[in-house]
Amino acid sequence: MTDTSPAHRAAERAARQSYGKLVAYLAARTGDVTAAEDALADAFAGALASWPIRGVPQAPEAWLLAAARRRMIDLARRRRTREAATDRLLLSVEEAASAMDPADVPDWRLRLMFACAHPAIDAAIQSPLILQTVLGLDAAAIASAFLMTPTAMSQRLVRAKRRIHDAGIPFHLPDRVDLPGRLDAVLEAIYAAFGAGWPDPTGLDARRQGLLDEAVWLGRVVVELLPDEPEGLGLLALMLYAGARRMARRSSDGQYVPLSAQDPALWDAAAIEEAERLLQRARSLGGIGRFQLEAAVQSVHAARRTSGQTNWGAILELYDGLLALTNSPVVAVNRAVALGETAGPAGGLAALDEIGGDQRMAAYQPYWAARADLLSRLGRRASADAAYAQAILLEPDMAVRRFLEQRRASIRLNSF
Amino acid sequence: MQYMLAIYGDERAAESAPREQTTEIVNAYMAYTKALQDAKVLVGSNRLRPTSAATTVRTVDGQTKVLDGPFAETKEQLGGYYLIDVADLDAALNWAKRCPAARYGTVEVRPIWVM
Repeated sequence: MTDTSPAHRAAERAARQSYGKLVAYLAARTGDVTAAEDALADAFAGALASWPIRGVPQAPEAWLLAAARRRMIDLARRRRTREAATDRLLLSVEEAASAMDPADVPDWRLRLMFACAHPAIDAAIQSPLILQTVLGLDAAAIASAFLMTPTAMSQRLVRAKRRIHDAGIPFHLPDRVDLPGRLDAVLEAIYAAFGAGWPDPTGLDARRQGLLDEAVWLGRVVVELLPDEPEGLGLLALMLYAGARRMARRSSDGQYVPLSAQDPALWDAAAIEEAERLLQRARSLGGIGRFQLEAAVQSVHAARRTSGQTNWGAILELYDGLLALTNSPVVAVNRAVALGETAGPAGGLAALDEIGGDQRMAAYQPYWAARADLLSRLGRRASADAAYAQAILLEPDMAVRRFLEQRRASIRLNSF
Repeated sequence: MQYMLAIYGDERAAESAPREQTTEIVNAYMAYTKALQDAKVLVGSNRLRPTSAATTVRTVDGQTKVLDGPFAETKEQLGGYYLIDVADLDAALNWAKRCPAARYGTVEVRPIWVM
């Protein structure tokens, strides 16, 4: 049963709006993310105990900050009795506490994200770390989306936070010279969260915890705090374009619907229009990058809404640009698919053959799905059948697997 | 925060390097040390004699033994260090990138554990 009292709802609202801001602010002063999280957890527990009796305070965020701050000082004092080395920590907490103005908590969430995506932190844990510290998601929820056991995820998160503190990773915005590279790491981490949420279009899969929405929310934070960074705008546009199609990705009875068969009327028009505006703004700022190019591909797909067709020539050009920029095998597969549309299936297949030697392709589902489709269009049924078998084997999503099985069965039928 | 920039390199290659190259490296280190001093971040620094001069003390089966040679045979050896006092890891990394060892070998950046 969920508690729906006004105090509980106010605490939840405050948690949603303020959690990352408060963690960022508290952690930035001491470098200790874990202590900030623990203190804040106590503050939220205190709020749930106190607000129903005394009423919701006028400034819930300031109340939570004051409570968390007291708790941090308590914890530091207690630790001091055990460790002589914490004098400095205690001083920094008290100094930090006195410098805090609870009425106006600055928004340092981006600094927290830069600390989490610091090159001194293992790249694979950066995205989970941001999800936990900025959004307050628990390790078990993050673990399932990133295909890890809760214990392993929890240990790696604890280690990464200790590393932020012990190595002295700063909570500041990188200087102009370092910013583009450092921002890329933050954007990659957010996009990884989006990717982890992608298999769950309806947002109902408990294991995915609505990660699609959370990632878009993080993208909005970046754009709000760094409004003139074209790649930040590009990433938010990309996520909005892709997210706009979420309802069209399944039929009413839960069947997988590929992009080419989707009804554009089911796409979220408002999200697409916002994405168009963001992408235009990114272009006007100059400085092309990976996320803008990927967003531009999505923009071409979205144009089917009004034109009724897909301009594959434009998509191929964008993938050429992306391939030159990233040399990524994922891009190479997408480029081959586009080539299959402009130059015919033989051209697409030749492009896939070129990258087929890359070891990573053996376990990359989209490579096999693309291959199966091109082979079946060429009438090479036996090869297509084998490629479908491989794609089905590698596909974790039930609905997509059923779709591929139907395609596979249809080429078998046609062969008689 | 204080950080140790531990300098690792192939000491055998350094020993057999031509004289001009050795002079160039020594000059680079002198300029680097001066830059650290001018920025008022240098706490201390030393160059170590090669591992051929190292002696190791270790306890084996309860017995303290003195062994000739370094702690471990490695491709790159600890050849010296700079101890610096800077604001945070980014500042330490920026100094590490400027260290001549970043061109000729490897620099390990380790925060000092304040006791």
